Amino acid sequence: MKTQNQKAWFFVLPVLVLVAFNALIPMMTVVNYSVQETFGDNLFFWEGLGWFEQILRSDRFHAALGRQFMFTGLILLIEIPLGVIIALSMPRSGFWVSICLVTMALPMLIPWNVVGAMWNIFTLPDIGLLGYLMNTTLGINYDMTQSPFAAWATIITMDVWHWTSLVVLLSYAGLVSIPDAYYQAAKIDGASPWKVFRYVQLPKMKQVLTIAILLRFMDSFNIYTEPFVLTGGGPGNSTTLLSIDLVKIALGQFDLGPAAAMSLIYFAITLLVSWLFYTLMTKDDQK
Amino acid sequence: MKKRALIPILYIAFLMLPIYWLVAMSFKTTNEILSGFSLFPQTFTLENYRVIFTDPTWYWGYINSILYVSINTVISVCVALPAAYAFSRYRFLGDKQLFFWLLTNRMAPAAVFALPFFQLYSAVGLFDTHLAVALAHCLFNIPLAVWILEGFMGGVPKELDETAYVDGYSFPRFFVTIFLPTIKAGVGVAAFFCFMFSWVELLLAKTLTAVQAKPIAATMTKTASSAGYELGLLAAAGTLTIIPGAIVIYFVRNYIAKGFALGRV
Amino acid sequence: MAKITLSNLKHSYMANPKTAEDYALKEIDLDWEDGGAYALLGPSGCGKSTLLNIISGLLSPSEGRVLFDNRDVTNLPPDQRNIAQVFQFPVIYDTMTVYDNLAFPLRNRGVTEDRVASRVAEIAEMLEVTDMLTTRAAGLSPDNKQKISMGRGLVRDDVNVVMFDEPLTVIDPHLKWKLRSKLKELHQRVQATMIYVTHDQTEALTFADQVVVMQDGEIVQIGTPVELFERPQHTFVGHFIGSPGMNILPTEMRDGRAYLGSHEIPLEGPTAVTGAAQIGIRPEFVQIAEQGIPATVKRVTDVGRHSVIESLVGEASIKAITQGTVPEAGSPIHLSFQKSQTRLYKDGWIASEASA
Repeated sequence: MKTQNQKAWFFVLPVLVLVAFNALIPMMTVVNYSVQETFGDNLFFWEGLGWFEQILRSDRFHAALGRQFMFTGLILLIEIPLGVIIALSMPRSGFWVSICLVTMALPMLIPWNVVGAMWNIFTLPDIGLLGYLMNTTLGINYDMTQSPFAAWATIITMDVWHWTSLVVLLSYAGLVSIPDAYYQAAKIDGASPWKVFRYVQLPKMKQVLTIAILLRFMDSFNIYTEPFVLTGGGPGNSTTLLSIDLVKIALGQFDLGPAAAMSLIYFAITLLVSWLFYTLMTKDDQK
Repeated sequence: MKKRALIPILYIAFLMLPIYWLVAMSFKTTNEILSGFSLFPQTFTLENYRVIFTDPTWYWGYINSILYVSINTVISVCVALPAAYAFSRYRFLGDKQLFFWLLTNRMAPAAVFALPFFQLYSAVGLFDTHLAVALAHCLFNIPLAVWILEGFMGGVPKELDETAYVDGYSFPRFFVTIFLPTIKAGVGVAAFFCFMFSWVELLLAKTLTAVQAKPIAATMTKTASSAGYELGLLAAAGTLTIIPGAIVIYFVRNYIAKGFALGRV
Repeated sequence: MAKITLSNLKHSYMANPKTAEDYALKEIDLDWEDGGAYALLGPSGCGKSTLLNIISGLLSPSEGRVLFDNRDVTNLPPDQRNIAQVFQFPVIYDTMTVYDNLAFPLRNRGVTEDRVASRVAEIAEMLEVTDMLTTRAAGLSPDNKQKISMGRGLVRDDVNVVMFDEPLTVIDPHLKWKLRSKLKELHQRVQATMIYVTHDQTEALTFADQVVVMQDGEIVQIGTPVELFERPQHTFVGHFIGSPGMNILPTEMRDGRAYLGSHEIPLEGPTAVTGAAQIGIRPEFVQIAEQGIPATVKRVTDVGRHSVIESLVGEASIKAITQGTVPEAGSPIHLSFQKSQTRLYKDGWIASEASA
């Protein structure tokens, strides 16, 4: 049982100050922008909720949001099952575990724009390994700068490459925490491998999978650098995800008001989906 | 048994392919790269690396990155330790709300904050310093560090604290000489993740720096766009950014999986 | 149900065992009769869990065979041996209801649903968990969870043997005896062979008809609780069972007689042993008397129903249990040993013949 102690606030204070400095002040700035119109020279006019209305009605926002949900949905559909399957087939102990963990974690430790650049080099049609294989060896016409499908396939593959390991590590952590007795009991009870997965492994992985899905949702919903370096949002607007669009508006066109309003809507969506998902996943445990 | 091993092997091969290509490219001459496809470097050269290690704008990029990442890791872990202790041991007014609020900061898209951050850090006169990037990265690293450390501390029985107090330890002495060594694995894991996320983040780092504290990854983007198509150089710089991560991950390999599993949502 | 035979069983966790020390199990030959209630008793690390896992098929032995009704099952996996095992920590399927947990082993074997329903109802009634059948198993208390684990073992009516691997470890003390008597009752009702592994002598002696005592990978004695108590075949059994354990006193044999210092100690029966040996006598059979072996009281411990008096005879320390008035520490007393309960041991093994 935890003890009630209001002095604990002193322990939390440094964290609070640092995070608040970084979170609240910029957030206030964004809120401030979102309700004003500027024509430069630090002249601002009260705009009310006008920007929000405009953003919420704009086709451009709907399109970017649609692409964003498609992207996040696709990578979750691929990375979660794939990560679980890989974790299930990994060795449980011994020398190879370290090798697996270190090599698998490697992509996550590469700066995001290097990831983008690396995939760029990898997929160049004439001199990239993948591009060359596709175009010359397999005879499939593959060029990200021309075909939206190729661009989509590439950013999805890149994200799978970049982040599936996170799901693997988490699932693996969940798996190794299951005591041997559970497997032995299931064996004695005559459970098939599928039933062992369904009734022993999956329930024990539920908590870490919840974390995995949440993290992957948040991070993929905020993804910017990698697709920006790789495709720049193109061809056309086909891979312009929310963040890329946002930066285009804010820094490209310097429309701070709409960009700020869009940021807040965007943030609200992330928060809402995360909260809904979290509540749903932990509903059973609250009893 | 053997058939099952095929899945991780294939997956690791898939992970290694783009990395191999990057490394192979870094040992090729510009001529070879532009003249067409080759699986292995035909004329093996260290020229690209020589350029990086002799040109201060390049190697300072590395030093800058390592500096602000280290500062951030130290700050994040140091302030997260007492906070995580408070969350794992005490109930206080607004504790749950605070914990959740901290986590929501991981959800805020960095792109949203880029411009306000620029203004904020310019206003307080920290623009283009290592400290600015280190402080900005606290936004997402402190919540993560608190989360991980809280998980580890929750696994330490409260009796340890009580025994120490009975034995006459003061709180600071207990915390440093008894509690910290007990959760050192957790500190390692938290530091690892802070290092990782600070190392890979670029948008804020780029926004908050110009010359003095410019990160290596930003130097790369600039070279890629301004100096034309120097793919070999770009590949060599990219290869070098992988190395610190690889070293760090090797040291904490036994704790990574555990660190994730112990955190609470 | 079946008779279980272990023949020349050896097991080592090492790839190339060389000396006897490398074996977790050294040469086990044993028959478990059909329908018996057995306990496998021994200190931690004596190889009892290894033995259990070999019987259940979770481990295959390095050497030797396991027979169920003379059928060789040494290489069969657990699910084909028709056995059940209850583990140290309750193993339940968290996402299922209690009913589904109990039904799980039956459904996996393709038993029809009405047969499942009647078996589950029967077992639930026996275990007194009928009112919990529809609740999620995850929320139960540890003792109820352990009951469900037992239930999953008992629900199949064709099991050859039900094995318990220290099943009461995580149960609160005041619930232990309840579950233990429940187990005893279940054994009488289902008539299945049961093997109960424990390091707790009380659990072993109350549950089992036959207790198998193990030490360092070897079986040192098989017998009823009374036999183990009264006539331990090995000093280890004497020491391990009983509270406090048997007094083991070094002695020198002269002309077929045992001496403690200058005092002759009458033994239960004749022996052929010469030279150094050990006298074994339980504290229950040592009395304070008017005459006998002179001793000095070292310490007196009141353990409730009786007192334990620890006294010194020369170098040797002897414990005696007494109900009456106790002498003070430091005072001189005389001890007498009950002749029929005084054993002689040579190199650890019993060496005196039982009195007629």
